[in-house]
Amino acid sequence: MDLLLHLCVIIAIYAIFALSLNVEVGYTGLFNFGHVAFFAVGAYTSALLTLSGVPFVWSLPAALTMAGLCGFLLSIPALKLQGDYFGIATLGFGEILRMIFNNEVWLTKGPMGLPGIPRPEFFGFVFDTLPRYLALSAGFALLTFAILAFVVLSPFGRALKAVRDDETAAEILGKNAYRFKIKSFVIGSVFAGLAGVLWAHYATFIGPGDFTLTETILVLLIVVMGGKGTFPGPVVGAVALIFFQESVRFLRLPPEWTRLLGPLQQMIFGLLLVVLMVFRPEGIIREKGGER
Amino acid sequence: MIEIRNLTKAFGGTRAVSDCSISLDGLTISGLIGPNGSGKTTLFNLITGLLKPDSGEIRFLGSRIDGRLPHDMAALGLIRTFQLSRVFPRMTVLENMLLAPQGQTGESLLSLWFRLPRIRKEESENRERALELLELLGLTRLHDQFAENLSYGQQKLLELGRALMAKPKMILLDEPTAGINPTLIRTMIEMILKMRERGQTFFIIEHNMDVVIEVCERVFVLDHGEKIAEGRPEEIQKDPRVIEAYLG
Repeated sequence: MDLLLHLCVIIAIYAIFALSLNVEVGYTGLFNFGHVAFFAVGAYTSALLTLSGVPFVWSLPAALTMAGLCGFLLSIPALKLQGDYFGIATLGFGEILRMIFNNEVWLTKGPMGLPGIPRPEFFGFVFDTLPRYLALSAGFALLTFAILAFVVLSPFGRALKAVRDDETAAEILGKNAYRFKIKSFVIGSVFAGLAGVLWAHYATFIGPGDFTLTETILVLLIVVMGGKGTFPGPVVGAVALIFFQESVRFLRLPPEWTRLLGPLQQMIFGLLLVVLMVFRPEGIIREKGGER
Repeated sequence: MIEIRNLTKAFGGTRAVSDCSISLDGLTISGLIGPNGSGKTTLFNLITGLLKPDSGEIRFLGSRIDGRLPHDMAALGLIRTFQLSRVFPRMTVLENMLLAPQGQTGESLLSLWFRLPRIRKEESENRERALELLELLGLTRLHDQFAENLSYGQQKLLELGRALMAKPKMILLDEPTAGINPTLIRTMIEMILKMRERGQTFFIIEHNMDVVIEVCERVFVLDHGEKIAEGRPEEIQKDPRVIEAYLG
């Protein structure tokens, strides 16, 4: 039972993470390969603040602001680049940030990581048990879903899609593509930060090793498999991928095979992905308007 | 309305547009013709800010617009279409239309939260207008389809409809009838004429002389980037310099 609740918490956090990336990848066409960086900024900011005694109600908004600010500062130069070049710039940013967390020992304790991050507390109510934490993260996931759906399904979101489809045509119709892309990137970064905060206070320990490229790839897979540019897509993707990833662990294998479990998981994962991309390249959920 | 004076643009050694002066004052539908590579599309790109001129000036309603950015042009009232249609492929036909109106309150992230009633009102007004235009273009049935599912001719019609949604003072059409079937060419021409009755002005690049004669009041002829003639379509057709440029 506890295991199921644990899975649900992870799913909720990854759903937020994937929803935030979907704004960028699915709706604006920005292939961000450094998305984990903003997750990490959220996690580290909130962890460091609460560890030094700041209450969660303040560390949370501070972490979101910090993630958004980092997104803003990165996007100003990076969004001058097009397509693949932008992807490389974000990839680089993700790696640089991880190096900073690894090396600035005075701040982050480097590879030792930050243990003992307190559970979130809202006005005396502590989210310390598994069901309570699930309620917290599911609540935030719902809120994220509602806010991002509202933003993306508005005229603002429509302009993002236009920029994604044809930047020049959008410009000709009076849309400042650069600004729309920056806004989209900042929104994505803020909500990635939220996912990071929830992760940090759930795991209670974070280190630079938690925020590698693998995480970015996982969340990209969630978005693409779930169906990018659709709203339920990232949520469905998060449920499917996390469930699958975790369930492989419980395969009944002879003891001498257990060391093969990790690679096996990756192999099945890859196979599943190939199958999905062959039979349903648009992801599990389809964008509306596709069928004739 | 558009006033071009001594405009020049060179790519390396080739002068795509050379010392060109054109005035569209008082005209409702003007045509721009010329052989392939004569600089017509380059001229459109210069007017809409996609290219910057080397020298000369472009005025729109009296103020200089050369050197301004493409996304400023729409707000000034200048919209264009493209030679190869550029609809937004993964957006529905209706979304393509709804994107175009200028100064939408709902495109500001802040207003989104505080001015919802106003946004709703704008959306429903725009929607009504979009559906009316789609009806005229014969695209009503396809309104919830992705634009990429439309035939090429339908995409060009959608592009015209989208331009009209922006309520511009001037629409630049780059070969609106190229590569589409005769029925849709008819729809296109009738749409253009109908919108002229409603006071819309156009500047049209067109190769199909029948279309030019039917819709244009005045025609400008480019060859090797230079304006070689201008006048009423019937006069232009007989002009020896024009005939030479096309045949020789």
